[in-house]
Amino acid sequence: MIAEIGLAALWLAAALAGLQLLAGILGMRQGGGEMAALVRPAAAVQALLCALAFGALLLVFARTDLSVALVAQNSHSAKPFVFKLAGAWGNHEGSMLLWVTVMSLAGGLIAAVERRLPERTMRATLAAQAFVGLGFYAFLLFSSNPFERLDPAPVEGLGLNPLLQDLGLAFHPPTLYFGYVGLSVAFSFAVGALLTRQVTPEFARVMRPWVLGAWIFLTLGITAGSYWAYYELGWGGWWFWDPVENASLMPWLAATALLHSASVLAARDALRAWTILLGVVAFSMSMVGTFLVRSGILTSVHAFAVDPERGAFILALLALYVGGALVLFATRAGSIAEGERFSVLSREGALVVNNVALSAILAIVLLGTLYPLLTEAFDVRVSVGPPYFNPVGAIFFVPMLLVLAVGPLLRWRRDRFARVQRPVIAAAVVALAALAGVWLVAGIGLLPLLGMGLAAGLAVASVMPLRGRSLRRLPLAAWGMVVAHFGVAVALFGMAADSAFTTERLVAARVGESAEVGPWRVTLAAVDPVAGPNWTALEGRLLASYRGGAASELDPQARSFWTPPQQTSESALLTRWNGQLYTVLGGEADGGRWQLRLWWKPFVTWIWYGGMLIALGGLLALVGRVAADLKRRTARARGAERRAEAAA
Amino acid sequence: MRMRWFVWLLVGLAAAAFGLFAYQLSRPKDDFVHSAMIGQAIPSFDLPPAVADRPGLSSRDLADGRPKLLNVFASWCVPCRAEAPQLAALEASGANIVAVAIRDRPGDVAAFLAAYGNPFSRIGKDDISAVQLSIGSSGVPETFVIDGRGVIRYQHIGDVRDRDVPVLLEELRKAGA
Repeated sequence: MIAEIGLAALWLAAALAGLQLLAGILGMRQGGGEMAALVRPAAAVQALLCALAFGALLLVFARTDLSVALVAQNSHSAKPFVFKLAGAWGNHEGSMLLWVTVMSLAGGLIAAVERRLPERTMRATLAAQAFVGLGFYAFLLFSSNPFERLDPAPVEGLGLNPLLQDLGLAFHPPTLYFGYVGLSVAFSFAVGALLTRQVTPEFARVMRPWVLGAWIFLTLGITAGSYWAYYELGWGGWWFWDPVENASLMPWLAATALLHSASVLAARDALRAWTILLGVVAFSMSMVGTFLVRSGILTSVHAFAVDPERGAFILALLALYVGGALVLFATRAGSIAEGERFSVLSREGALVVNNVALSAILAIVLLGTLYPLLTEAFDVRVSVGPPYFNPVGAIFFVPMLLVLAVGPLLRWRRDRFARVQRPVIAAAVVALAALAGVWLVAGIGLLPLLGMGLAAGLAVASVMPLRGRSLRRLPLAAWGMVVAHFGVAVALFGMAADSAFTTERLVAARVGESAEVGPWRVTLAAVDPVAGPNWTALEGRLLASYRGGAASELDPQARSFWTPPQQTSESALLTRWNGQLYTVLGGEADGGRWQLRLWWKPFVTWIWYGGMLIALGGLLALVGRVAADLKRRTARARGAERRAEAAA
Repeated sequence: MRMRWFVWLLVGLAAAAFGLFAYQLSRPKDDFVHSAMIGQAIPSFDLPPAVADRPGLSSRDLADGRPKLLNVFASWCVPCRAEAPQLAALEASGANIVAVAIRDRPGDVAAFLAAYGNPFSRIGKDDISAVQLSIGSSGVPETFVIDGRGVIRYQHIGDVRDRDVPVLLEELRKAGA
């Protein structure tokens, strides 16, 4: 019954999306008639219905209702409760339902609260949102129905992939989805503005919180995903340039560029067409990412729903939306005036460089991701990895960081270098000193060395905008910028330190034997069997002491799940402020020796601290912007009230 | 107006990408990871024996002038059981087959060979897949054709079926048998 309610709610939501599209198109004409009044209510009710459908899916998973095919394929009665719930979105159909739910909630929210733009633009925006939504409803209902029944119901489910039975999974995909799908709002705003040709600073201000929100979730999702891959897969790396990792990075790069260009549009009424284009590109990248993951067209560790038919469906949607929006843009871009002019040495100038660099990195990542597809068409198999991405990305990443250090110090419209000379030179001196210091102490590669120097300089430069300003009166959004830029420095330092100073040992040790890795001495004290709810494991007891200090215990496991049968290695980590000891227990070698993989990774955790700081910066900016908007809105309302009273 | 030119370029690129996607979707997916070592000399190695009654395997044994089949197998691998009759047929047709046992125990290998037959003249013991990875094999079973000078000539991925037997014999012949 619950599954049927969910399915019915989904069909009704799809019907409302159709109504919203129709009413929105009719409402774009002047006046618009009575239909136009239906646009906002349709969006709001659609959001409620989608939430109901998703709630129904959660409920059948919580109860392990095995007569629902999706539950039988992805869950098991012996699974811990939290993973039963997480199983609802740990599969293709459930995650697509999450996708449309987030999308309709976002649409419902703009329909309910956003009143600053001209009503025509809003109708066009909501019509675009409904148009995108309809495609995904069709995808769900016709080719990926999450509520399909299984008759007769099996006595037990197949279980969830053990790699996914981890708290990381409970948060990582939904977080990324809020980001991916949140960008659909930017896309709809962009299409709405194109349709009505109203690209104004107000439009940028309205769109910005949505981009910020999506960007915060993307940042958190990527950070969490990177950490999850790092400890769960047991390979000890935090970024592999895997196609699916790139799929999450590309929308982030586009959203970062969009965020900055929207600031220029909001503050200075410049970069109009460019901002619109980025709005289209950002969500396009989300869709390309989804396509790459779901179609199985690329070989990836993440390809979890390999199905060419679904791939064809998403490709059709991709061509329709992305192609349609780009063609619309191409035909309308000429009629959008260029906007205000500015000098090269100005805040806008720096932001343009930032945008160009981010777009270039985006193009590099996109090319690297799709290149194997291109060569395979000519029967040449290649894999593109760090030797391409790292140096080629650095060509644009390094200048971007330099501009990132200087840009926030510059004034809008026009500035002189002499005015910002001192802080820039101070940051440059710190960067060069760090570079020289590291180079003298440790002989490391060029890129990590450059990374360390830049990180030091950037850390100093990022707090420079606070100089000479009243810290208490500084707007929250400016704090957000400082924190996020500082986070980039922190993350960069972690990446450089990890790649330069990581030490690795692979040993076969008997119980009682020790091995040294970096400053650590690790002793294998015991190997014992342990049992969990749906797995058994061999657990190593390791005693690790840092520079001869007191020993701490680590318990890495080699786990065997039985539903479905699969081996995983659960790494054990010991975190200090200056790095992590990473241990993995492998199989038994002959003669009672155990394979142990040990890493000492100096400052590796700073990568994720940095990621969290970047997200925190975004959050501060979002709160600051929304609070300012609310204040302005109540002031305007009070003014209107006063005027009405005076008139009376 | 430069912007407009740029955007039409983007539209063109997107269309090209979609075309590429569509083309790749329509083609059957080749999930095999082919060895990049074909045509190259086998990296040097020296493996101890995996069972008592057969010698171990080193790269020198593969460059003794006679082409050979190199079978990568394991006692825990189910398709390896399925290909046993075909390997026996290859041996009966005069092929010299050597093997590498992956991540295995001597007792298990001996039991496996006792149950499914032993067509191998030499069996090396590769506990951490070092040799397997060095020749570009990503799973078990796989069968390589090595010529008399120790150069990898051909790779067969998966179990050897009846129809693969003449193919492998032909590859051996081309390698100089």
